[in-house]
Amino acid sequence: MSETSTRVLDDLELYGVIYRQMLLIRGFEDLVQSLFLKGEVYGTTHLYSGQEAVATGVASLLEGRDRVAATYRGHGHALALGVDPQALLDEMLGRATGVNGGRAGSMNVTSPADRLIGSFGIVGGSIAAATGAALALKRTTGGIGVAYFGDGAMNQGYVFECLNFAQVLKLPLLLVCENNRYGEYTPFEAVTAGEIRGRPESMGVPAETVDGMSVWTVRAAAARAIAHVRAGNGPAFVEALTYRYVGHSRSDPGAYRPEGELAEWRARDPIVLLRTQLEDEGFAGSALAAVEQEVSDQLEQMRERGLAAPFPSGLTATEFKD
Amino acid sequence: MAPIAFRTAVRDALDEELAADERVIFFGEDVGLAGGVFATTTGLYEKYGAERVFDTPISELALAGAAFGSAVNGLRPVIEIMFGDFLTLAMDMLVNQASKYWFLTQEQISVPLVIRSVVGAGGRFGAIHSQMPASWFMGVPGLKIVAPSTPADAKALLKAAVRDDNPVLFFEHKRLYGLEGEANGEVGRLGEAAVLRDGSDVTLVTAMKGVHDALEAAERLEQDQISVEVIDLRTLRPIDTETVLASVRKTSRLVVVEEGPLTGGWGGEVLARITEQGLGYLDDAWRLATPNTPIPYSPPLEDAFLPGPEQIVSDIRRRLR
Ligand SMILES: Cc1ncc(C[n+]2csc(CCOP(=O)(O)OP(=O)(O)O)c2C)c(N)n1
Ligand SMILES: [Mg+2]
Repeated sequence: MSETSTRVLDDLELYGVIYRQMLLIRGFEDLVQSLFLKGEVYGTTHLYSGQEAVATGVASLLEGRDRVAATYRGHGHALALGVDPQALLDEMLGRATGVNGGRAGSMNVTSPADRLIGSFGIVGGSIAAATGAALALKRTTGGIGVAYFGDGAMNQGYVFECLNFAQVLKLPLLLVCENNRYGEYTPFEAVTAGEIRGRPESMGVPAETVDGMSVWTVRAAAARAIAHVRAGNGPAFVEALTYRYVGHSRSDPGAYRPEGELAEWRARDPIVLLRTQLEDEGFAGSALAAVEQEVSDQLEQMRERGLAAPFPSGLTATEFKD
Repeated sequence: MAPIAFRTAVRDALDEELAADERVIFFGEDVGLAGGVFATTTGLYEKYGAERVFDTPISELALAGAAFGSAVNGLRPVIEIMFGDFLTLAMDMLVNQASKYWFLTQEQISVPLVIRSVVGAGGRFGAIHSQMPASWFMGVPGLKIVAPSTPADAKALLKAAVRDDNPVLFFEHKRLYGLEGEANGEVGRLGEAAVLRDGSDVTLVTAMKGVHDALEAAERLEQDQISVEVIDLRTLRPIDTETVLASVRKTSRLVVVEEGPLTGGWGGEVLARITEQGLGYLDDAWRLATPNTPIPYSPPLEDAFLPGPEQIVSDIRRRLR
């Protein structure tokens, strides 16, 4: 540990695991992007690169009895919950071995066994789904419902209705707003009145705005919020300030970003930040290098396996009883 | 006249209507500065300014509400709901207020609003960015639904929609945006189908992307000595029953090709009308629609889901044998 740095990592081993998860998410997104450019991933994708600290920091506190609603930008949310990376990749590739057999694709992944009740393609939809999950969990497992959503989703009617609904019913609901500064091509200031945090606060829901690039900061804020929620006090809200490194979706070159903004955020890359901190606090550099190698090998293997996996039969598109 | 893309036809129609009438305004998500996520509204913000063309928050309830409220107070709003799948959020204002107002005000106050929306499958966008919402709205009195298949119709019918004095839902199929064709500055007429190909054995009624599949299928069936008359409905509500009936009198067979779930689709409505009014002329009548499943993502699944030219050809062959 260097002279100047202070200890912020409450559990070195755990942060080693988080480091691996963050690398996996970043590498997964790079892989999806490259496969997209090769025509192996179809339609559109919304990548999570840059936002890794949010999903991993929050997920590090979740228990088996909790349930999570993610967004169409959900690969990171899914991986942080432990969804099998190969099955997730295969889903992007449209293969029968995909986590949803190729039916769902990038935007609509579900994996209840991993606590992921869905990835919601309707902006704001995750909030409502998690509200309902919280309603059920309160009576069943005693767990909490968690919703991820963006800054843009704050302007959906769902937010207002669900915040109030969950607060009056004292539902165990954690709301995680990933403020990455843009909703598609529009800067959030241009379409959002007042402070994001002010909205939950106006209903007496405790809210914090934190540095979403620092995973230990996210984890600490989420821990405070979750303590409030698990104690039966109703919902809590965390706004994580973060940034997406790539376009909104595949067709977006990001022309709306002011000059230098991306570089500024990249200078505080969540993965590099954690790596530096881990080393400062005594995590062996060689061990980190080993993790990096393992993840890179894992991704290469996934790529090969995924591309070799079978497509579903067209017949299964119509074999469905509604 | 130089051919233009379908998306340009949409843009040009908006441009011309904004130019023609000060009361026309246009707003939606990412439609202004960014020019629309499908690049359908490029340059309009720059040309008409933020007073008349603007970006909104991601708030479909507010969008639809603002369209309704401004329409009954002197403006002629056009809004974009980015994907037709998101119309569910705009539905309340459209269904419960806008479409009923003209009737409830005893035809005193009209609601000149247009909702443009991108619809349709085939783009690998999955279950919630690919739907054909027409049937969700078929049972809404007071609402018109326009569904063009060519740049010419897109332009002429969007202009007509903007000039129409009551709510119009205007669908743009995402797989038609790149299609090129000539388009002049005429204002079209809503509620009129077009006979695109004469035939004597079977009348094929369809719309949007289905029109192009149908024309291709008709071409191939010609080689089997099966003569198909192709009708592009162009407006799904109200349906131009007369044009279809006239054709069926000649061919005595009717097939409706609909991109949308078989159950509850507009194809069923066409069939019902023709059997009610033309049973005596009919030897056969049936529908070819998409299965009663959500739209799958994976290419082999989505391809199996959509009725393309191949399926239309084999279906008609089988049926006429
Ligand atoms: C109801 C609805 N409206 C519009 C869209 C189209 N859309 C998809 S993502 C997006 C931007 C969302 O921004 P934000 O909530 O900040 O999340 P981010 O994409 O930045 O993660 C929009 C407008 C949608 N999916 N659902
Ligand atoms: Mg955002």
